[in-house]
Amino acid sequence: MKKVLMGNHAAALAAKLARVQVAVGYPITPQTQAYEMLAEMKAKGEFPGEFIAAESEHSVMAAILGAATAGARTFTATSSQGLAYMHELLHWVAGSRLPAVMVDVNRALAAPWNLWTDQSDSLSQRDTGWMQFYCSTNQEVLDTVLMSYKIAERVMLPAMVVLDGFTLSHSYEPVDVPEQSEVDAFLPPYKPEVVLDYKNPVGFGALVGPKEYLRLRRRMAADMAEAESVIEEVGREFGAAFGRRYGQLDAYRCADARTILVTSGAVGSTARAAVDALREQGLKAGNLRMRSFRPFPAKALREFVRPGMRLAVVDRNYSPGAGGIWAQEIKAALYPRSRASVHGYVAGLGGGDITVELLQEVWKRVDSANASVPVAETWVEDAR
Amino acid sequence: MPLLDDDARSLPRVILSTRRMSENKTGNWRTMRPVIDRHICTGCQICWKYCPEACVKLTDKVPAIDMDFCKGCGICVEECPKRCVSFVPEASV
Repeated sequence: MKKVLMGNHAAALAAKLARVQVAVGYPITPQTQAYEMLAEMKAKGEFPGEFIAAESEHSVMAAILGAATAGARTFTATSSQGLAYMHELLHWVAGSRLPAVMVDVNRALAAPWNLWTDQSDSLSQRDTGWMQFYCSTNQEVLDTVLMSYKIAERVMLPAMVVLDGFTLSHSYEPVDVPEQSEVDAFLPPYKPEVVLDYKNPVGFGALVGPKEYLRLRRRMAADMAEAESVIEEVGREFGAAFGRRYGQLDAYRCADARTILVTSGAVGSTARAAVDALREQGLKAGNLRMRSFRPFPAKALREFVRPGMRLAVVDRNYSPGAGGIWAQEIKAALYPRSRASVHGYVAGLGGGDITVELLQEVWKRVDSANASVPVAETWVEDAR
Repeated sequence: MPLLDDDARSLPRVILSTRRMSENKTGNWRTMRPVIDRHICTGCQICWKYCPEACVKLTDKVPAIDMDFCKGCGICVEECPKRCVSFVPEASV
């Protein structure tokens, strides 16, 4: 049934549809409405799972570690400082190979205080072992939460579903909410191999030596590599079941494009409008939207890129001393054989608008730039 | 040089410990050993109460310390009101 939903509510509804058994939360702007909606559904008897109001985000992820070890399907949502506070436990959940799913609503990290969308929070968790998926619409938020459980439970790695603060979290959009029976047919109950069970006691999280540690990480690498194909496979299954197909990349009008705007998150929708505007001017523009950040879709990207292509990568994030993070990762994935040039643009930090006009200017700049010496990092802001 | 790239998917995802802690002896990194002087000990059980590892046994009037689990922290040495627990280097035992 079609409903008009804000991103936070799409996330909470998806958790209910996924038959989450333990939801844990702690309020933080701009995610709080997801937490409130779960609490409200629990109070009304509409959410049959456990709902735990924790005393901090660190405790949230600790509770998820425990619940997931006991074999439960888990959910939480957080943002910015809250995600940073979870950092240690994010490593614990991933290293324990638990398929938890969480939503992160992008918000800039302090200092200084800022409430608006910026990918510095989620991208700071790059090396924790969580998969990361970026959404551009509220429909995609709901769909990606559902797909994430299926992907995570296949490869036994946790998944973070990322959406833009306010741009998606607080904006109302039409969302096709599937029936419970349809979701049940797509997403069977989670059946873990080993669970915390007093009748069959085992020790979890024991100390291991260097040899075992290296081997466990090697297995994690193998499962991350497998996740690249599982994401595609589950995206196809989802398409067959619900009519909306997803993959690691989402290309728009790229078939004959030489210069391509590369975006992630809600900027993708704006980029499509910019591409349409450029096409009306007779320019061969395209947009490539990156849906996965971890595992990084290096293979899919190499297959997509053609020699001579110019990639205008728009980063709403910044790694001090290194530049925009997507641009760095894309360059690493394409080195050395792709013969495409990667041009990095840092824009919209702390929630600044990345407008249709700004994206057209970026595209034109890159289209006429010297491709043999691409600029790694150009900082731009909207003229208004 | 062994490569871990062949058949990496056969490597374990997690390592679970299925043995009981009574079998998993953890006293092997002790460098100092507490030794009770049987002649001075009054059997007050203060060492038993303070031991963070719960490895002081009260089977006799004079407590016995289970060296399979004692980490050599020295709390019993510090807390004994009769000062009858001496702390000796493992190397000298």
